[in-house]
Amino acid sequence: MMNRREFCKTTMIVAGGLVIPLAALEVFNPKRLLAEKSGDDKGNVRWVFLVDIHKCVGCGFCVNACKVENEVPYDANVTRTWVERYVVTKDGQTSIDSPKGARDGFTTQKIDQGHLGDKEIDPASIAKAFFVPKLCNQCDNPACVQVCPVGATYQTGDGIVLVDRSWCIGCGYCVMGCPYGVRFFHPVYHVAEKCNFCYHRITKGMKPACVDACPFGARKIGNIRDPEDPVTRIITSEQVNVLKEEFGTKPQVFYLGLSREVK
Amino acid sequence: MVHGEAWTIKELFVYPNEYIYWSIQIVMYPFMTGLVAGAFVLSSLYHVFGVKQLKEIARFSLVFSLALLPVAMMPLLLHLQQPQRGIYVMMTPHFTSAIAAFGIVFTTYGLIVISEIWFVYRRFIVETVLELRAKQNRCNVESVRLVLYSLLAMGAMDLSPEALHKDERAVGILAGIGIPVACFLHGYAGFIFGSVKANALWMTPLMPVIFICSAVVSGVALCIVTYIVTMEIRKLVSAWKRKNNPRLLSSDELRSAEIQTVTLTSKYLLMFMVLAITLELLDLIFRNYTAVKSWDILRSVIYEKDFFKIFVLQYGFGNVLPFIIFLLPGLTIRRALVGALLVLMGVFMMRWNVVIGGQAFSASFSGFMEYRLPIWPNSLETLKEGLFGALAVIITPFVLFFLVTRVLPVFGVEDTH
Repeated sequence: MMNRREFCKTTMIVAGGLVIPLAALEVFNPKRLLAEKSGDDKGNVRWVFLVDIHKCVGCGFCVNACKVENEVPYDANVTRTWVERYVVTKDGQTSIDSPKGARDGFTTQKIDQGHLGDKEIDPASIAKAFFVPKLCNQCDNPACVQVCPVGATYQTGDGIVLVDRSWCIGCGYCVMGCPYGVRFFHPVYHVAEKCNFCYHRITKGMKPACVDACPFGARKIGNIRDPEDPVTRIITSEQVNVLKEEFGTKPQVFYLGLSREVK
Repeated sequence: MVHGEAWTIKELFVYPNEYIYWSIQIVMYPFMTGLVAGAFVLSSLYHVFGVKQLKEIARFSLVFSLALLPVAMMPLLLHLQQPQRGIYVMMTPHFTSAIAAFGIVFTTYGLIVISEIWFVYRRFIVETVLELRAKQNRCNVESVRLVLYSLLAMGAMDLSPEALHKDERAVGILAGIGIPVACFLHGYAGFIFGSVKANALWMTPLMPVIFICSAVVSGVALCIVTYIVTMEIRKLVSAWKRKNNPRLLSSDELRSAEIQTVTLTSKYLLMFMVLAITLELLDLIFRNYTAVKSWDILRSVIYEKDFFKIFVLQYGFGNVLPFIIFLLPGLTIRRALVGALLVLMGVFMMRWNVVIGGQAFSASFSGFMEYRLPIWPNSLETLKEGLFGALAVIITPFVLFFLVTRVLPVFGVEDTH
């Protein structure tokens, strides 16, 4: 016969034993743990970006505005957005550069080749030249979100990939996982940093700093779920392209006039 | 200064944010976990497959894999930008990430190693406790030892033949489970690299298998080196002790035992080496033959920029030369030591060429990055991720091994087998 003391003891053990596996279910609930698409997937906003390469002159106002707006140290050699210059000569050679991310624009005709110094290109030999602004592609299948070991980087319901500065451990796996090289370590906070289409602005009805700063309308932001949005109209009706589609990341920054030389 | 800027030199076109973010400590990480896994696999050859001749080195390598265990984590912590948050990997693992399982795999493996060691040493621990208890006047050191060993015994004082037989079976089972877990621990390190689709050099399904094979190679090589060194010390000690006590083993007897163990171990070393090289060459030939988009830049990295590091240091001095050294008849201790050291260097270079080599080119395929290892630290960053950080990681397991063997001696102990 069981006495009261034993009964209480056994009950507590059984209850405790049941709670532990139930708690594990809570801890390992995959839906709660997944950082991807945490918001409403079927909402009426999905931010996309449109870059018109024909309109970009490489002034770098966008890079400048971005650095100031998002408090990325001005002189640090990292940037959330940048502009690349492509110079293709008649013999088929492509020279590319982006000195300081084109923060100050392109002030010389020489091509910056890193530690090899500058390269002079004879203007007569140039077949074509153009500028390509780059920023985070806010991919539909973001590699960076997949590889974050602690879920510190996540995608919102409206498609923007964000970083939780209070949770990032700074392993750099997301930096390695991004095929576009948009991620870096913030020089002040020492956590992963990236372009987020100025999420603090677009969610309040404003435009990203780079879009506002561009004097030529080369950068536009839009909502692909709104068929009346002018950006949506261009993307759906004109010949647009994306970068590095082969990685399966489904990038959401669309380019008008993207040439095959663009890396 | 931006993280990575201190040691990265850019050439031609590299994206503005690209630097060598994974530096020396990430070279150390697979190298050290490889040593852990390899040492464990070597010890399992005796415990599971009953390779009797490896008895001596089995206990040795088991304890060594314990000493290496915390060191597998050390480079990761030194590498993190927010090391104080490292524990988040255990607290909020995001399971789509290959790194998220690290805590679980590593803990499982650690528990297996620790419990196996406990079963191997239980008899020794209990005997020590009984011996110390029997003593009438214990000095302070002996009292501390008694407390320590009593705690280690955890109340399991039964030394009957049945109990010892149970220990033996437990060791066998744990070593058996341990082999796949050790391989997983390391194959998984390979998966972390192999699954990065953005990196043309890393992305191959062969990566985990290559990592496992080279891990066993490096682990066995390190055990040979450490075994030889400790045996040499023992010889010196025994020669000195024999002056007073001629009944002890002579250094000649020790030497013959030593060369036997080393010769047999080196056979296993060669076996795994053949496997590792075959896979690495297969990968290289396959890339060469298929020549996809990334091959142009990979070719210039492999055959031009990193030629010396890959073909001279890794394959030449790290594989071919030790191969000849071990295969030539009449293996001597000194030759085995040189060979094993070269193998270790070769595996280290392989890790280097994978980790640093994978970042030697820009994701734009239009430029290169060169890594300059910070020697003299001028900031915390260059201290952690520089020569001194790497040396700290290399030295720690030997210090730990020394400390652990003060409590659990690896030689002259009767284990449960």
